[in-house]
Amino acid sequence: MTEPVKLIGAFGSPFVHRAEVALRLKGVAYELITEDLFNKSELLLRHNPVHHRVPVLLHGDKAICESLVILEYIDEAFDGQPLLPTDPGERAEARFWAKFFAEKCLMSVWLALWTEGETQKVLMKDAKEHLAIVETQLKEKRFFGGVAIGLADIAGASVLSHWAGVLQEVAGITIMSDDEYPAIRRWMEDYNADEVVTECLPDRDQLVSHFTSIRGKCVAAAKSMLPNYLATK
Amino acid sequence: LQSTSYRHIASAQSSMQKHHTIWKKNRQNMSSEKQETAAVRVLGRWPSPFVIRVLIVLGLKGVDHELVEEAVGNKSELLLASNPVHKMIPVLLHHGRPISESLIIVQYVDEAWASHAPALLPSDPYARAAERFWAHYVDDKFPTAIRVLRGRLDGDKDEAAAQVCAALQRLEVAFVECGQGKDYFGGDNVGYLDIALGSHLGWVRAVERIAEIRLLDAAKVPKLAAWADRFCAHPAVADAMPDVDRFVEFSLKNDGALKAASANSK
Repeated sequence: MTEPVKLIGAFGSPFVHRAEVALRLKGVAYELITEDLFNKSELLLRHNPVHHRVPVLLHGDKAICESLVILEYIDEAFDGQPLLPTDPGERAEARFWAKFFAEKCLMSVWLALWTEGETQKVLMKDAKEHLAIVETQLKEKRFFGGVAIGLADIAGASVLSHWAGVLQEVAGITIMSDDEYPAIRRWMEDYNADEVVTECLPDRDQLVSHFTSIRGKCVAAAKSMLPNYLATK
Repeated sequence: LQSTSYRHIASAQSSMQKHHTIWKKNRQNMSSEKQETAAVRVLGRWPSPFVIRVLIVLGLKGVDHELVEEAVGNKSELLLASNPVHKMIPVLLHHGRPISESLIIVQYVDEAWASHAPALLPSDPYARAAERFWAHYVDDKFPTAIRVLRGRLDGDKDEAAAQVCAALQRLEVAFVECGQGKDYFGGDNVGYLDIALGSHLGWVRAVERIAEIRLLDAAKVPKLAAWADRFCAHPAVADAMPDVDRFVEFSLKNDGALKAASANSK
């Protein structure tokens, strides 16, 4: 007997998208529960008491939090397309790039969008350095996972392929212009070509109006995340 | 050592092209005798809790290894070549193949030496997820706060101490959930989360002395306080993590300059 799977998410969250892609790649049926992050439900607060954040995966009576932890859980708890290779060295590499995306590349891009002046200059420089590293990696492989989407691809392409364009438009700043990073662009196209991905991508226009309406909150969030990013550089 | 490592490294589908090239170069440079004795090397320096993690896990698994000490403020060519992205310690070199990021290294060692007991992560996916969640939480809450308390980073020391204490309160609860009332987060044996949190104990205890505060308070977090003593007394840990006196000594020598500098700039 299979236990029911639910995913607590919120519109516009690329971290929720990561979990949805993983579940769909595995062919796992799930119920999506959409939260209003400015009016969090008792369900969310109860199942993620430490962070009060989405996504939260509910598998039967178990609650799993943090999107990268959820990805590894999905890989281990369900059969289907593996998200990680079997070789320990290759697994370490996949985890390395997933962490690089989560803590460096996506973070510097996010922070560069919502800061100003000298701070923004530093973050832009970091973002471009990080993107250049990713570009070099993608010259030599289709996906970080090899021939198929894997853990690191879900971690990175989820944000860069759909959200980065939207956020640059809303912030009025260009970090990745159309003629830059051809390998990254090719990777994003390959990622988006997978129908499993497009099934759970939010509508672009709706994303633009969503982030436009919460622009102030993005700036505030970036401000609170900045010290930790700088401290761990 | 497993011959599977050779087979995988020789595989043409190796996706770590850049690191593969470095690995190949290292192997060619090493004599066949050296290859045997230096099959597992750790690039690092003892006061780093992240390096300590790697030394603990290698000790637990009974893996012979060589610690290649990185000088403070002077990164070696080998480090820069082995971890070009972050240029940080620790790096594990397994037959020259570099693995970076301490928790990733811990999982790698667990998986590459899976035939060596103990298994560091439980077999149940949910229990594994719980340990990964809390290990990530530990690295979110402890390193920066400890640096502030050491005087290595500007910040509010009261806030930093409060953050560590609050984190320990949460981990006190997690300890029972993960370990199910046994000696370690990993149950009967030291596991992944024990190593993730335990590796910070040297500095936690040192900072209690340096900043004259109580963090691991037996009155507030009795289970963790008992676990901490137990963990530090474990042979694999005692080998990897020196006594708190040495941490305090290191801090007085190296963090003192920073404290003086920040005091002068006020």
